[in-house]
Amino acid sequence: MRRFLCLISLFSLLLTGCSKNDQENISRLSLIQKRNQLICGVSGKIPGFSFLNSDGKYEGFDVDICKAFAAAIIGNTKNIQYRPLTATERFLAIKTGDIDLLSRNTTFTLSRDSLGGNGLTFAPIVFHDGQGLLVKKDSGINILKDLANKSICVGSGTTTEQNLNDTFETLSLPYTPIKYQDLNQVIAGYLQGRCSAMTSDRSQLAAARSSFKNPANHLILDVVLSKEPLAPASSGSEQQLADAMRWVVFALISAEEKGITQSNIENKVELAKNNPKLKPLRRFLGIDGGLGEKIGLSNDFVINVIKATGNYGEIYDRNLGKDSRVSIPRGLNKIYSKGGLHISPPFN
Amino acid sequence: MRLNRKFFLQIFFILILLILGWAILNNLIINLSRTGIGFNFYWLSKPAGFSLAEQPLRYSPSDTYAWALFIGWINSLKVIFSSLVFATFIGILIGFARLNKNSLIGLISAGYITVIRQTPLLLQLMFWYFVGFLNLRNNTFLNFKHLINFSIQGIDLFGIKFSSEFSALLFGLSIFSSAFIAEVIRGGILSVPFGQWEAFRSLGLSERKGFIKIIIPQALPAFIPGLTSQYLNLAKNSTLAIAVGYSDIYAINDTIINQTGRAIECFIILLSSFLILNLLITNIMGIINKLIIRSRK
Repeated sequence: MRRFLCLISLFSLLLTGCSKNDQENISRLSLIQKRNQLICGVSGKIPGFSFLNSDGKYEGFDVDICKAFAAAIIGNTKNIQYRPLTATERFLAIKTGDIDLLSRNTTFTLSRDSLGGNGLTFAPIVFHDGQGLLVKKDSGINILKDLANKSICVGSGTTTEQNLNDTFETLSLPYTPIKYQDLNQVIAGYLQGRCSAMTSDRSQLAAARSSFKNPANHLILDVVLSKEPLAPASSGSEQQLADAMRWVVFALISAEEKGITQSNIENKVELAKNNPKLKPLRRFLGIDGGLGEKIGLSNDFVINVIKATGNYGEIYDRNLGKDSRVSIPRGLNKIYSKGGLHISPPFN
Repeated sequence: MRLNRKFFLQIFFILILLILGWAILNNLIINLSRTGIGFNFYWLSKPAGFSLAEQPLRYSPSDTYAWALFIGWINSLKVIFSSLVFATFIGILIGFARLNKNSLIGLISAGYITVIRQTPLLLQLMFWYFVGFLNLRNNTFLNFKHLINFSIQGIDLFGIKFSSEFSALLFGLSIFSSAFIAEVIRGGILSVPFGQWEAFRSLGLSERKGFIKIIIPQALPAFIPGLTSQYLNLAKNSTLAIAVGYSDIYAINDTIINQTGRAIECFIILLSSFLILNLLITNIMGIINKLIIRSRK
C-alpha cells in the first residue's frame, strides 16, 4: 500500500514539474543564437518564392528573406534549416515552436496577427500581392460575371478561399469551390479541366503559368479580388525576435534606398568609417549609435545582411525580375521614392 | 481481505489515470493561455464564411462553424458507408473468385489483390481522380437517353448527381478496402476444416448447396474480426478525401483551423468524431458476431 502512495506522490511531482517550462526564461532570439541555427518555414513549392533547384537546394524570394534573417541573427547563411510546410501546418509549426519563423508567402491579416486569432506577429510586408483568377484564353471568360455557376479551384486553408467567397457573395454570384490542400493539386485540377478558373495570389498564378506547356493560352483576369500583403511572421509572444525581424526587413529596404548593394558594401563601409560626417550612414552600418545591440543583434548586422543577400531590389531582381524564370513586374513593390509602397522608418 | 486489497488496487489505478489525464489537460490549458490562445468552443457559433461544394443539407456561408462541421461529417459518413457497402460486395466476390478452381479466375483475382494491396492508398486516390475521373469527357456511348451521364463534373445517375471528387473517393476507397476484405473472406473459408467439404460431398450435397449451407455458416465467425478491422481502417482512410478535393470533415476542419487558429479544439472534435464512429462500427460488428454465435447454438 505504501508503495502505491509513494508512486502517486512521485507522479504528481513529475507532472507539476511538467507545467513549468524550463526554456521559458530564454528568449527565442537567444535560443537561435545559442544553437547557431535558424529554422525557417517555407512553402517549397512556388517557383520564384521558395522551391528546390536542380542542386536540391532551396531558392527564391522567401528563401532569400530567410537568409537575410540568418545573416543578421547568427551571422551566416549556412546554418539554416528549411521546413517545407502546407498552408494549414504553418501556424501550428510556429505555435509549437517547431520553427523559429515563417517566410512562406503568408498574408498579413488582423486575425493572424492577434492573440485572439493565430497569435503571430508579422514583420513588415515584403511583397505586395493581390488575388487574381487564371482562366483559359479560349474559354470566353473575361469578367467575374462570366464565372457564374462555374467551378473554381482553390487551395484550402488560405485567405484566398475566404476572399473568393467574399467577392462572389457580395456580387450574389453562385459558384462551386473545389478545394485542394496543395497548390500543385489546384493546378492539376485546373489544367485537367475540372474547374473553369483557378484562383490564388497573382504572383503565384504567374509563377504557375510559367511552368505550363503553353503559357500563352492562359490569361490572368484584370480583376483583383483582394490585396494580399505577404510578410514573414513569428510567434506573438517573442518580442525580441519580432523586433529583430522587423528591422532586418527595413534594413533591406533602406539599403536599396541608400544605393547600398552586395557589390559596393565594402566601399560604403570604408567610406563611412573614414568620414565622421556621414552620420546616418554610420548609424545604419553600425559604426555609430549601437542600434543593433538594442534589438539583440550585433551592431554590424546590416553589413552581414547586405553581404549575404544584397538589398531588397537585388533580392527581387534575382528571383522575380525580368531575367528570372518567373518574371513579375515590380509595380507596387518598388520603393516609395520610385512610386512603390516599400518604405523604411529611419535607423535612429 | 484478499478481495479488499484487489479492490483498492483498482481504485488506485483509476485515481492515477484520472490524475494523469487531468494533469495533461491542465498543462495544455496553462500553456495555451500562456501563449494567449486560450481553450474554448465559443467560436463554433460564429458564421463560417466559406462555401462548400458538397452540400447534402442546406448550407450557406453565413451558417455557423458548427453547422459547417456537421455538413462535413455528413459528407464523411456518406462516403464511408457507401464505400463500406461496395467494398464488402467487391471483396466477397474477389474472395470467392480467389478460391475458384478455375485457375484463370483465381490468377486474375490474386493479381488484383496483389496490385491493390501493395500500392499506397493516397497514390491510388490521386490516380482515380486525376487520371480517371478528370479525364472523363461527355461521350455519347456512355449516354443512355441522358439517364446515365459521365462527365468531368461527375456522374449523373437517373438525375442524382455524384461529383467527380465523391466518385473518385468512393471508387478508390472501395477498391482499396475490397482487396483486404477479399483476403479476410478467403482466410475465413480456409479456416473451415477440409473434412467438412468431404463430409457434405459424401452426403450427396451439390457443391453450391454445400458451400452455402455447410461451409459459409462455419466460416462466418472467422470473417467478423477481420471485417471489423477493415471497416475501421476504411473509416479512417476516408480522411484522405482532401487529396482529391472532397469536402469531408477533415477538409472542412482544415479550412476552419486556418480561419480561426483553433487547431487544438478542431483536432479534438475530429478525433472524437472518429472515435465515436469507430466505436459504433466495433459495437455493431460485435452485435452481429453475437447473433451469429447464438444462431449456431
